[in-house]
Amino acid sequence: MPKPTTKYPAYILPAAKHLAAAIIIAAGIAEAALPQPAMAAEPSVASTATLAPETKALHVLNRLGYGPRPGDVQRVAAMGVERYIDQQLHPAGIPEPDTLKREIASYETLRMQPVDLFHTYGPMRRGQFGKPTPEDLKARREEARIIVEQAVEARLHRALESPRQLQEVMVDFWFNHFNVFAGKGLDHLWVGAYEEEAIRPHALGRFRDLLEATARHPAMEFYLDNWENTAPGSPGARGDKDGLNENYARELMELHTLGVDGGYTQADVISLARILTGWGIGGGGRFGRNNPQDHNDGGFVFDPNRHDFSTKQFLGRTIGGRGMAEGEEALDVLARSPVTAKHLSFQLAQYFVADQPDPALVDRLSKRWLETDGNISEILRTLFSSPEFWSPKVVGAKFKTPYQFVVSAVRASGIEVRNVRPMVGMLAQLGQPLYGCQTPDGYKNTREAWLSPDAMTRRLSFATAIGSGRVPFGRPEPENMRVNVKKPEAMARMAPDEANNDRPGDPVDPGPLMASYKAVLSPQTKAAYGVAAPQLRAATLLGSPEFMQQ
Amino acid sequence: MHRPVSRRTLLQAAAAGALVNVLPIGRSGWAATAGVAGPKLVVVFLRGAVDGLNVVVPHGERAYYDERPHIAIPRQGGENGVIDLDGHFGLHPALRPMQALWRDGSLAFVHACGSPDTTRSHFDAQDYMESGTPGLKTTPDGWLNRVVAELPGPHGPTDALGLGPTLPRILTGRMPVAMLPLGRGAARPMAIDRPEVAANFDRLYAGDDSMSRAYQEGRTARSKLVVEMADEMKAADNGAPPPDGFSNDTERLARLMSQDHSIRIAFLALGGWDTHVNQGSAQGQLANHLKPLADGLAAFAQAMGPAWHETVVLVISEFGRTMRENGNGGTDHGHGNVMWVMGGPVRGGKVYGPWPGLGSAALYQGRDLAVTTDFRHPIAAVLERHFRLTDTQLAKVFPAMPKPSSDLGVMLKA
Repeated sequence: MPKPTTKYPAYILPAAKHLAAAIIIAAGIAEAALPQPAMAAEPSVASTATLAPETKALHVLNRLGYGPRPGDVQRVAAMGVERYIDQQLHPAGIPEPDTLKREIASYETLRMQPVDLFHTYGPMRRGQFGKPTPEDLKARREEARIIVEQAVEARLHRALESPRQLQEVMVDFWFNHFNVFAGKGLDHLWVGAYEEEAIRPHALGRFRDLLEATARHPAMEFYLDNWENTAPGSPGARGDKDGLNENYARELMELHTLGVDGGYTQADVISLARILTGWGIGGGGRFGRNNPQDHNDGGFVFDPNRHDFSTKQFLGRTIGGRGMAEGEEALDVLARSPVTAKHLSFQLAQYFVADQPDPALVDRLSKRWLETDGNISEILRTLFSSPEFWSPKVVGAKFKTPYQFVVSAVRASGIEVRNVRPMVGMLAQLGQPLYGCQTPDGYKNTREAWLSPDAMTRRLSFATAIGSGRVPFGRPEPENMRVNVKKPEAMARMAPDEANNDRPGDPVDPGPLMASYKAVLSPQTKAAYGVAAPQLRAATLLGSPEFMQQ
Repeated sequence: MHRPVSRRTLLQAAAAGALVNVLPIGRSGWAATAGVAGPKLVVVFLRGAVDGLNVVVPHGERAYYDERPHIAIPRQGGENGVIDLDGHFGLHPALRPMQALWRDGSLAFVHACGSPDTTRSHFDAQDYMESGTPGLKTTPDGWLNRVVAELPGPHGPTDALGLGPTLPRILTGRMPVAMLPLGRGAARPMAIDRPEVAANFDRLYAGDDSMSRAYQEGRTARSKLVVEMADEMKAADNGAPPPDGFSNDTERLARLMSQDHSIRIAFLALGGWDTHVNQGSAQGQLANHLKPLADGLAAFAQAMGPAWHETVVLVISEFGRTMRENGNGGTDHGHGNVMWVMGGPVRGGKVYGPWPGLGSAALYQGRDLAVTTDFRHPIAAVLERHFRLTDTQLAKVFPAMPKPSSDLGVMLKA
C-alpha cells in the first residue's frame, strides 16, 4: 500500500521534540543490541541458529500459543523449541494444573448434551400449568445466559492457564473456521456444547472427523438453517419446512471446504442442498424427551421423510439417491478434494505464518494434507518446521488479533484472573466479542482487518489499564453485568473504565515482562521504557510495537 | 460509572498547561483548518443482503403476489399495507418515517440495481461492492477511501469517519480514516487521553510504519472527537447517558457532521438482513429491522439541519434476494436490489432505473430480479454532480467501470 501523500501539520506529532532526548537517554540503558538479521532461511529448524534461543522460544510461545507467561521464555529456551513443538502437538501428554481442571469442572453446562440443554434452558412449552407467561419466558431466557457465560469463562481460563496452548489455539482456529453465532436463535443454548463436542476433540485430529462433527451438530444445523432444508413435496414437508434452503450447502463449500474459488457452480450448491435435505435437529427441533436416538446422536437426526431421494449431479459425479449416506459421500468428496487441501493450507499458513503466506509453503502443506488424509497435527508439524515459519521476515511480524492481544497481555503480566469480564469487555470494544461473530466466515486474522487508528488508541489504553493494575481481574463483578452477545455495546461496558479509576491496584511488576521480551525489543522501546514513570513501565512494554505483533 | 470529560474541563485543564500534549488542538483550531461547509456523503451498508423487493415493493406486479404468498406486502392501504409511491412501487409500511422525505423530494430509489458480478456469496459480493471493482479481488483499497483521495485539500485525519469498532473494507486505503465507536461507549474517557500516558506512547509510535501512522491518526482524531462528543452529548442528553441504538448513532453522527465540516465522508453498516427463515410480511423479522433503519435515517435528516441541503446519503446492500419465497417463509440469495439515494441535493420522489419486471423470462436465471443498473453508476453520478469529480477522477474511484447506458445525473439537482 502506498504511503499517505497527505502532509500533517507538526502539531499532530506533539512528542517529536521529546524523541531526540529519549534516544539519547536510551544509549545509556540499552541492555543488548537487536538480534542480527538472520541469513537466508534454510529448510530446517536447525538452520535458524542465527535467531537467539530466547527469540526462538518467544516465537513458538507466541505462534503456537497466546504468548509467554513469566518464566516461559527461559524454560522453552532451555528445553529447545523442537521439544516444545513436539509436546504441543501431543497435548494429552501435557498435564493440566488441578486449579484449571477444577475450574472447568465447575461449568456444568459444558458437560450437558444439546438435548438436555434444550430441555433445561430452551423455550418453555405449555406445561401442566398451562401456557407460560411472558414473565416465565423472560426468566427462562435470563437463566439460559449462564450457558454462554460458562463457555466464555472456560474458553478464557483455558487460553490463559492451560499448558496445552496449541490445543487452545486450534480450538479457537476451528471454531472460527466453522463459526456459529451465539446470538442467533437457539444457538445460545448450544455454542458451548458445540465447542466441547464438535470442535475440541478434533482440533488436532482428522479434518474429515471435524467436518462431520460440525455438520451434525445442532448448533451448525440451526445457524446455517439446514435443519429446515427439505425436499419440496416430500412426505415430511410442511409448515416452515417445505422447501430447499441452500444456506449451509453454500457455506459448506465456500467457507468450510473448497473455498470461494473452488470451482463449484450454483447447480452444485443446489445439488448439495438436496443431498443434505433431512439432516437436522432431533425430533425436528422439538426434541422427543423419550426418544433415546436423540440422545445418542447428540441432538442430530436424519429425517428420511424430508429427504430428496432422487439422483444428483454433484461436482461432476453422480450421487445415487439413498438417504443419509449421500451426505456422507459428499463430505468425503469435499474433505478429500485437493481444492480443500489448498484452501485450508492457505488458512493455516495465514494464521500461523503471515498474512500473505508464501505459495511454496501452501503447496507443501497441501501436499502433506493429501498424504495424511487431512491429519491436522501432521500438517502443523510440517508447518512449524518450515523455513517460512522461521524466516526473520516473519518472526515478530504478525499483527495480533484483539483476542491474541488481550489474552497475551494478561498472560505476560502474570496476573491471576478470577474475573474474566474485563477481558470480555475489551474484546467487545475491540470488535472481536467471543462467540459474537455474526457471519459464518468468522473473524479475520490479518493486519489489514485489525489495524486502525481507533484500535491503536484502544489497545494502548487497555495495555495501560492492565499494566498499571487498574483492571479488577481479582474481584467478582456485580451480577447484573451479564454476557449478551446480541448487545456488544453492553458487553463493551465491562471493559476497564478509565472514568472509574478510584480503585487502582498494584502495577504489574515489569521485571518478568522485560525478561520475556528483552531479546526482541528495539532501542526505541527500551528508551521509552527507560524514561517511563515506574507505574507505566509494564504498560510501556504491553503497548510496545513488539507486543502488538507476534 | 459514566463520567464523560466535558469540553470545559478539558479546556480549563489545557489552560492550566496540563493537557498540552493530549489536546494539541482545540475545536477552534480545527474549525480554522476544517474549512467551510461543503458537500458530504454518507454511505449506509445493509450487510446480509436486504430483500429489496419488500423494501420498495413492486405492488403493480401480479407475479410479486403470486410468488410470495406468505411474505408479500399486502396491497390494501392501512397500517399493514404497502405505502404507495407512484402507482407501481410502494414502501414497506415499516418505512413510514421515510414518507415525508419522499414527499418533499429528497428521497429517491434506483431499483433493479446491483453488481455485474453474479456471485451469491455475501462475502464476495460485499467485497466487490466495497472495493468498487466487481469480479476483481486483488484491489487493495475501498472505493470510499479513493473518493477521499480525490476530494480537494487540505486533508485531515477526520475527512472520513467510520462508525463501529473496526475499519471496514470500503474505507481501507492510503487516506486516513477516523473510527468512532457506536453506542454509549463512544465518548468514554480512555487512558490514552491522559497526557502522561499519551506522552509515553508518543515515544514508541513516532515513526512512519503502519502502526505509528495508525497511532498518530488515532490520537489526533481522538483529541478532536472527544471534545466534540463530550460537548454534544452534554447538550443532547443533559448529562444522562444516551441509549444504544441506530437512531442514537445517526443523530450523533449528524450533530458531529453538521458542526464539524472537516468530516466529508461517513460510513456505517447495519446487519441482520439475511432473512432465509421467517422473514415476515408487513410485520415480522424484516419489518423489525426496517423500522429502526427508517427511524435512524429520518432522525439523521432532521438532525443535520441546514447541512442536509449539502448531504447525500446512499443505502446499499450486496445483492437482493430470490423473487420467490423459499420453503421456510424466507428468501435466499438473489441478484438485483434497490439502492436508496437521499438528501437535499437529490431530485427525489422518483424510482429511477429501467424496471425489468418479474415475469419468469425477465428474471435472472429464472429466479432473481435482474440487474439493469450497475451499482457504480448512481454512485458515480453522485460523485460527479455532488463532489464535482472529473471523469479522470471517477476512473480512479471506479477503474474499469463501463459507460452507463443512461445519464443518472438527473437524480441530482443541477
